[in-house]
Parts: sequence; C-alpha cells; structure tokens
Amino acid sequence: MGRPVQYNTKIKIVKMPDGYTGEGFFATSFDKVVGLARANSLWPLPFATSCCGIEFMATMGSHYDLGRFGAERMGFTPRQCDMLLVAGTIAKKMAPILRQVYLQMAEPRWVIAIGACASTGGIFDSYPVLQGIDQVIPVDVYVPGCPPRPEGIIDGILKLQDLVHNESLRRRGSEQYKGLLESYNIQ
Amino acid sequence: MTNEFIKQKLTDKFGEQITNWEEPYGMLTFTVPAAQNLKVMQYLYDEETLRFRFLTDLTAVHFPDRKGEELSVVYHLHNLVDNARIRMKIYVPIETPDVFTASQLFSAANWMERETYDFFGVNFVGHPNLIRILNVDEMDYFPMRKEYPMEDPTRIDKDDEMFGR
Repeated sequence: MGRPVQYNTKIKIVKMPDGYTGEGFFATSFDKVVGLARANSLWPLPFATSCCGIEFMATMGSHYDLGRFGAERMGFTPRQCDMLLVAGTIAKKMAPILRQVYLQMAEPRWVIAIGACASTGGIFDSYPVLQGIDQVIPVDVYVPGCPPRPEGIIDGILKLQDLVHNESLRRRGSEQYKGLLESYNIQ
Repeated sequence: MTNEFIKQKLTDKFGEQITNWEEPYGMLTFTVPAAQNLKVMQYLYDEETLRFRFLTDLTAVHFPDRKGEELSVVYHLHNLVDNARIRMKIYVPIETPDVFTASQLFSAANWMERETYDFFGVNFVGHPNLIRILNVDEMDYFPMRKEYPMEDPTRIDKDDEMFGR
C-alpha cells in the first residue's frame, strides 16, 4: 500500500553546465558553478515605496510565486541580500537612505529598478523627486511599466538571473567596476 | 452659532481692524492685520462663547501681483463644541515675510508652520524649530512660490535620448 503522498513529477532542474564527466567525477569551470548557484538563490531585498511595491507583493504571493525562481525568502536586512528591488517613487529626501541601504549590502550585489518612477522619475517630473535611482546607485535591470505587472517584474528578475549567471568572477575586482562605483562616489 | 454672531463678537472686540468679510460656501472668512494674528486667535480661543480651540489647517498662498502683500497665510479654525469653522487670513510682503508663530497657542501649528516655511518661505517669528520638514535640507529656494517657469528646457536630469521628451 502506497503512502498518501503525491510526488511532484514536473520539477524542472537547472541545466548542468558544460564539463567533463566520467566515472564518479565531474569537472567544469569554477565561475560556471558559482554563477549557477548565485543565479538560482538570489535573496531579494524589497525597497517598496508606492504602487510598484503592491505589484511586487503580488509577485511574491502564491499566484505568481517568485519562489519558483529561487528567490523565496525576503531578507529585510541589506547585509544578507544580493538583489535590491527598488519599487516606487524615490523622493530626493529618500535618496541618501536608499544609498545607505545599497552601501550596507555585501558584494556581490545587484539592483533592479522596478517601474517608471524608480527608473526615470516617471510622471513625477518635479522638484522633490529623484529622476531615476541610477543617479545615486548603479542599476543592473530596469523594469518598465507604471506599475509593471508581476509578469514584468518576473521578467526583470529572469534577466537579472541571466546577468548573474554569466557574470565573470573577476568582474567585481575589475578596474571597470571600480570606475563605475567611483562614478557614484562609493568607496 | 451663526456667522453673524462670530462677526459681531469680533467687530465688538477689534472694530475696523478686521476686514474683507466673506462667506464663500458658507464659511466665514476675514482678513486680520499681520501683527494682530496672535491677538485675534487668542481671543477666539479664550472667549467662552466662541471657543475656536482647534487649528484644522495652516498654509500660505502666493499672489505675485499683489504688491506689498504677496504672501497670504491662511488659518482654518474649528470650534469642536458647536461645530463651527472659520478662515482667517493675513497678508505680508514677500521681502519681509515675518509672521508671529501660533505654535504656542496650538501645538499642531508647529509642523504646519514648518511646512509653510518649507514651501513658501514664511518666517514664523518665535517658532521653536523653523527648519525644512518635507524637502531636502540642501534646498535653497521655496518651491511653491509662483516665481518659476513651468519647465526649464535646458535641464539635464532627464535624458532626452532615452525618454523621448
């Protein structure tokens, strides 16, 4: 008599990276493995200030379920998280706080600007609103929409997973990356 | 409590100093000399038949065309017992926008005066902590004054190439 358990047979497993297999061993390059691990266990840090934040909540909810992509657990501390999700209008007064949160994140760290406001200021073309968070912190992926649907946010996260997966292990130490951070007066 | 009664009480006390009596949408509105704002509010607060002891709102309006009285500070007062509301206005020149603070009379005025200072630059004399409240501290202008062009075509904080404006 079988146990009353239904096994999910439709599980998708990430593709194995290219490498050499043999009896009891598998050899591949280190950054492929690291990229694979990083891309499929991104810890999101939501920085939600307005309506895009509501769409993000739907994205994390059971219907759209971002957990399917390895971003199950929200870390509400920047020190544990890899992926900063800025969802909503950032006022100029909020900019130093956002920057502080970014600085507190450990490398490697990635940023997604969700929605028109975080990307460009959106409809708030006005004196108190930051015209895009890329004026204070570097951004990896921009998600368009006002607000974007959860599908859009998931698409942005998949794009980011692509970036993370293919990122060279040497990128964070490169002169180019240091130059990018210096252009934001970080370090 | 009727508007006529409030008007009568104020006229008995302050005479011709209070001007511009109006009743837009039934709400009694009048203008007080800028130096008299605290005296009138104190009277409205203390007088047992008036009892305007709640400050609903405090803001300012900029009238660029009214020479010598460009800035208007507007007080909305509420009598919670009789549910009566009045609107009191004072006018000050934009070069010397000095107004006595109401924060000793109404605690609610503290932040509202900071906001009015933040956006209109009204200098509330005697305010305990008159600094910006909503805008960034580095801001060196008063954004709600009607003295700015609608949009500066030379601004560079929007990237035209990407956003097609």
